[in-house]
Amino acid sequence: MKIPSIKFKKAGKSKKQIDKVFDQSKWIRGFTIVTVAIWVFYAFIVDLLPYVIASFFQKWLPASTVNESLVWVICALGLNIVVGYAGLLDLGFVAFWAIGGYCAGWFMSDFFYQVNIHFGSMAPAEQPGIHLSFWAVLFIGALVCAAFGVIIGAPTLRLKSDYLALVTLGFGEIIPQVFYNGENIGGFNLSNGSKGISPVDNIGLFGKKLGPFDLDWKYLIFVCLAALMVFISLRIRSGRLGRAWLAIREDELAASMMGVPLMRSKLAAYAVGAFSGGIGGVAFATHVNGVFADRFSFSISIILLAMVVLGGMGNVWGVIVGALSIAWVNTTGLPAFGETVNSALGTNINFPSYNFLLFGGILIFMMLYKREGLLPESRLKQIMHEADDSTSNIGGH
Amino acid sequence: MESAPVSHSIDRDLLDKKKGVEEMAKTSSRFSTRLLIERSAASIIIGLVFFWLAVNIVKSPSQFFQASVIGIGNGVLYALIALGYTLVYGIIELINFAHGDLFMLGGVFAATFISVWFGQDTPSSTGYGVFFLCLIAVMGFCATINVAIERFAYRKLRKAPKLAPLITAVGVSFIIQFIGIRWNGSGPKTWDSVLPAGEFVISGVHIPYTTIISFVVTIPLLILMTFIVTKTRRGKAMRATAQDADAARLMGIDVNKTIAFTFALGGALAGAAGLLFQQTRGVTNYNLGYQLGLIAFTSAVLGGIGNLSGAVLGAILIGLIQGLNDGLPIGLGQQWSQTVVFTILILLMVFRPTGLLGKPMVEKV
Repeated sequence: MKIPSIKFKKAGKSKKQIDKVFDQSKWIRGFTIVTVAIWVFYAFIVDLLPYVIASFFQKWLPASTVNESLVWVICALGLNIVVGYAGLLDLGFVAFWAIGGYCAGWFMSDFFYQVNIHFGSMAPAEQPGIHLSFWAVLFIGALVCAAFGVIIGAPTLRLKSDYLALVTLGFGEIIPQVFYNGENIGGFNLSNGSKGISPVDNIGLFGKKLGPFDLDWKYLIFVCLAALMVFISLRIRSGRLGRAWLAIREDELAASMMGVPLMRSKLAAYAVGAFSGGIGGVAFATHVNGVFADRFSFSISIILLAMVVLGGMGNVWGVIVGALSIAWVNTTGLPAFGETVNSALGTNINFPSYNFLLFGGILIFMMLYKREGLLPESRLKQIMHEADDSTSNIGGH
Repeated sequence: MESAPVSHSIDRDLLDKKKGVEEMAKTSSRFSTRLLIERSAASIIIGLVFFWLAVNIVKSPSQFFQASVIGIGNGVLYALIALGYTLVYGIIELINFAHGDLFMLGGVFAATFISVWFGQDTPSSTGYGVFFLCLIAVMGFCATINVAIERFAYRKLRKAPKLAPLITAVGVSFIIQFIGIRWNGSGPKTWDSVLPAGEFVISGVHIPYTTIISFVVTIPLLILMTFIVTKTRRGKAMRATAQDADAARLMGIDVNKTIAFTFALGGALAGAAGLLFQQTRGVTNYNLGYQLGLIAFTSAVLGGIGNLSGAVLGAILIGLIQGLNDGLPIGLGQQWSQTVVFTILILLMVFRPTGLLGKPMVEKV
């Protein structure tokens, strides 16, 4: 019984360069260097720079954009586990983001003013509501989301891939709508409805309160969370569960014949993906200092999907690159570019409204011409182009 | 000496067989408990729905029938859109996410055609003429766009892994929404209708003329489409391609043309739905297609996707459920309307993915 597992391990080690370069823990050094460099730059150097350069950064890459992009990275890494590793198309990932966000809203604010629970929080003790420490809420949010991932995943396991997409989409619509209409569910105020819950508590770090403008420290926290997700992704990917996911992605029937437990593996993919969605949700709530129901729209799910697809499904580094670039374009790049063009040419074009075209275009062109993404994972590249080699094509392209 | 191992092996065989039988019995009993749970859960849900309907009928019959009329009026529109989903799914097994947005674009086109190009905004005989002209124009317009989408976005991906065309469809949907924003603005726009606004009353139930017109336009279209699919050569080719594209190609059917024709048919129906929606509700918005498209898709699934009469039945039922939920005195109300539809979608997927009229699915290897 041991022979196949040994074989698998050997196959896992003789992978192509990308996997080799970032094999296991080697990535941590480079990651830390980049992280610290960016942190030093934003915390100390930017203020010393001459005004022109400082304002350039203020316009094109403000620190808040960096932080928000990191939240997107965390969520995209989670979606990557579901879509990229296990090959289950999830069009409702925003549900986990929302649940994570509301966990922060419930456990880190005055929202439940009827009670007065404090645990490791920086909020003054006489303040009503549930005030837990940010780290505890992070954990709770991630676990609640993982539980929801299993709840959402369980009924969909028997479905074919396209039906699965629809069911996840359905959940992705229902859950934000429950929050949006949640002002009065049988007399109970679940979510404060469209007003949202704001503000949430500050993050406490070594006895220091991180207010909304302590972006440098929050940056460090978000980077650590992203690194945690990278670590989890890479470790699971090279373990038994990761191999099971890849097998399911490539051929479900063959995988089940080889003894891969389909149910358990798929549920685990949903749970781990949702786990990171929860972390991202809590982090985002502290980033924008509140949760607002109307933010959780279908387009978030699609933007996350575009990030995963653009970067390269299944490759953690590709997904990070995809997430950072799309998040930057969405939050800063497009408006700043529009501003520059409009002021230079004297036109009045609303550039942010082009994001529909941009994301739609990215999805279509990537699927048509570079299905494996910008930084492809070698195995996925083969699968995605398997059909191109086959002689029996209906269309005859 | 020799007989001993043989008998031993026979014993073992018997033992194995016995074990196998036991295991089979175990698994079958597990399946039957699961079936039992599913059945009972399904009957409880259906029972609750009937209880809810009965309470409402007793409480206020006129309101009940009023809500039903509105619901069926919506259901007819959903049917036109749902048919497009079902046709495309039936032939290439793709959930065409962009279909709902095509409907939206049809609505915007109709509004531009009638109100801007022809300047008609009151009921008159010219208005009716323009309405019918627009019906033909919008059907042609949406059919062309749908064929173009198929040609440029989906055709290349027919043999690709399932994930690829699905993601492409989502991308196409976004691009059509972008066209909608450019054309119609980022907010809802209201339009005056060329259709008569009045209503007639049958024992307390108000039936607007627009609902009647929806029926008058939809039913001939449905009959025409059924005729095309079941009686013509093209329809035969469509059905053959849906069954087995490779075999159809070997029989001399031009599969590309047939699939394009299917998209044209679906697009034309979506265009008609767009016109009807724009004229009966008097509103266009770039994100309408997404919402209504999902509802229509749910209808197609409810009826059994790939099944034409199923799509119509499912659409009427979904319209009815939505209308009743929105309009009844004891109901969740309009704000939960979408949630109700999606809950139905999820319950269906769990309990009966084949829908009401669908054939049981066999997994192809």
